[in-house]
Amino acid sequence: MKMILTAITATILTVGTYAEMSVDEIVNKANAASYYAGNDGKADVKMEIIDKSGSVRTREFTLLRMNAKDGNQKFYVYFKEPADLYKQVFLVWKEVDEGKNDSRWMWLPALNLKREIAPGDKRTSFVGSDFVYEDVSGRNLYEDTHELIETTDTQYVIKNTPKDPDSVEFSYYTIRIDKDTMLPRKAEYFDKNGKHYRTVEAPKVETIQGYPTVIESVVSDLNTGGKTVNTFSNIEYDIGLKENIFTERFLRRPPREVTR
Amino acid sequence: MNTFSRISLALISSFTFQVSSFALDTELHGFAETRVGARTQDDPTQDQMSLGEVRLQLDALTYFDASELQVRADFIYDALQDDLHKIDLDQGTGFIDLRELNYLFTPIDAADVKIGRQILTWGTGDLLFINDLFPKDWNSFLLGRDEEYLKAPSDAVFASWFPAIGSFDFAYMPKFDPDRYIDGTRLSYWNGTEITGDDFSAEDRDQWFEDYEFSARYYRPVLSWEGALYVYNGFWKSPVGYDLTAMEPYFPRMNAYGASAQGSVGRALANIEIGYYDSRENTDATQIVPEDEFRFLAGYERELAKELTAGFQYYAEWMMDYSDYEATANPNAQRDEVRHVLTLRLTKMLMNQNLALSLFTFWSPSDQDAYFRPIATYKITDNWMVTANANLFIGKEDYTFFGQLENNSNVNLGLRYSF
Repeated sequence: MKMILTAITATILTVGTYAEMSVDEIVNKANAASYYAGNDGKADVKMEIIDKSGSVRTREFTLLRMNAKDGNQKFYVYFKEPADLYKQVFLVWKEVDEGKNDSRWMWLPALNLKREIAPGDKRTSFVGSDFVYEDVSGRNLYEDTHELIETTDTQYVIKNTPKDPDSVEFSYYTIRIDKDTMLPRKAEYFDKNGKHYRTVEAPKVETIQGYPTVIESVVSDLNTGGKTVNTFSNIEYDIGLKENIFTERFLRRPPREVTR
Repeated sequence: MNTFSRISLALISSFTFQVSSFALDTELHGFAETRVGARTQDDPTQDQMSLGEVRLQLDALTYFDASELQVRADFIYDALQDDLHKIDLDQGTGFIDLRELNYLFTPIDAADVKIGRQILTWGTGDLLFINDLFPKDWNSFLLGRDEEYLKAPSDAVFASWFPAIGSFDFAYMPKFDPDRYIDGTRLSYWNGTEITGDDFSAEDRDQWFEDYEFSARYYRPVLSWEGALYVYNGFWKSPVGYDLTAMEPYFPRMNAYGASAQGSVGRALANIEIGYYDSRENTDATQIVPEDEFRFLAGYERELAKELTAGFQYYAEWMMDYSDYEATANPNAQRDEVRHVLTLRLTKMLMNQNLALSLFTFWSPSDQDAYFRPIATYKITDNWMVTANANLFIGKEDYTFFGQLENNSNVNLGLRYSF
């Protein structure tokens, strides 16, 4: 009896806390849960790009992520498959301040060349998948205005509208965030005519080293009928990455954290 | 167990261990490719067929505890080469082209050293090079092999040092690595009087430790841009000098000094690069050498529409002491004081980036010539890729940079399996 009471109290208390959370707090917590678990982290990713006819292209890469100063982050993506992407590296320096652009580079090993990716290309497909560059490291929160449009028993629904509509292909997108983990589980994008054309989902979540972690994410393009499935494995947090890994030195010679 | 068998057991087990650890830590990749090409017009000095080859590239990377060994070699059957058994690793001719064979290690925490054959690149231009004076294979590039073959390998000690104030790269080539320049074997050229396919031979610059090259770069972030300084001590990369005693072209001494910056401007990318080519020898009774040159490059790249990118560059070669050149050079085939080149790269990606269409155009308003490089690649699967490309040259005069190549215009088709 006492236990049930405690549970009820806890629920009421928690619900109470939820009710008090502002839309900015929800968005910040969801952002923290999605991109900031641990001081750093590592995962192996299998990406399957499936077109309308069902034919599959597969990319395999190892992803490193590290939290830097003031909420900024660095990402290192090392490709292992397919053969024509072998040893290619995608590097991101994410800047969270308002008005700041992330820096992105692609290392092309056959040409021994570091090629910067223009800031205007952030909504461009990432290695031919239905994910865009911006999805890898997360969209800057200042790029959109956020509105809490619905609260269900388990989820918050946030509507996000871009402040600069010309910089993106969508007019707005909604995100459903789980109350218990604060992880976004589904995003739906609407085009300039208000038509729903893209969905990003996180169907599988597991707790790893205490952090609720997405272990499968799926993007569906409703216009083309294609989709991309990312499966994460060998996930580790707080592995003690050094910040110099995220520099040109380690584009030229990928670090052992990704090669073995 | 007697001592002998104990030792042999130890030997066997350590041998087995090494073999297995070797096997575990070696990654083997590569591709097999066939490529054929034909001239789009008659060239009385060359075959109609411009490319006809089958190539197997093997790329093996072995990781040791604190170092790496990289071997990458192409094995080639080339229908247009007379003697495939005559292997010249400097020229990349014969049935083997060794692209990389190097050992990388970290002598101190803030430094890396790579010794051996390697591909080196730096600078900010797109298919235009000022401070990148590492060897280029112009034959491969103009004949339509994959773009990676524009870079010829260097035999070098490449040391990088990463202190807090920025990054330093030092490259020492104990023996000069010239460009694989147009020498008449596969491409016809202007010889000063006419278009010819005659073999163009130059005095060798191949004395180890005497004909060395050295280049260095210092780079660091400057505001949100990347700034770099460069220095080079070596030779003109093509035999642009003429030895009046031996009656032969040769590679005169040259130093180069330069700087570059690149970064984003709004939604686009921009870059700027300058270089001063300091010709270290003088024209006199025994030799003719090129004048100094100031070179400049500015580029701007942005996305025009979804999956459509445009890159624009302006490039200039400004000859110093032009009056000296004007007084001595063939009056009917003189270059301008400033050679201007504009380039435009358009890239369109389609079908989940499996189909890429690109057109790179060089156009020189001062030379009145142009070079068009259309390329279409389609990835049939993750392993199979088909490529169609062309190299088309036009020019008002026979003696200009691209104009001399008119008869070499070619179209190619390639099929590659990567593994």
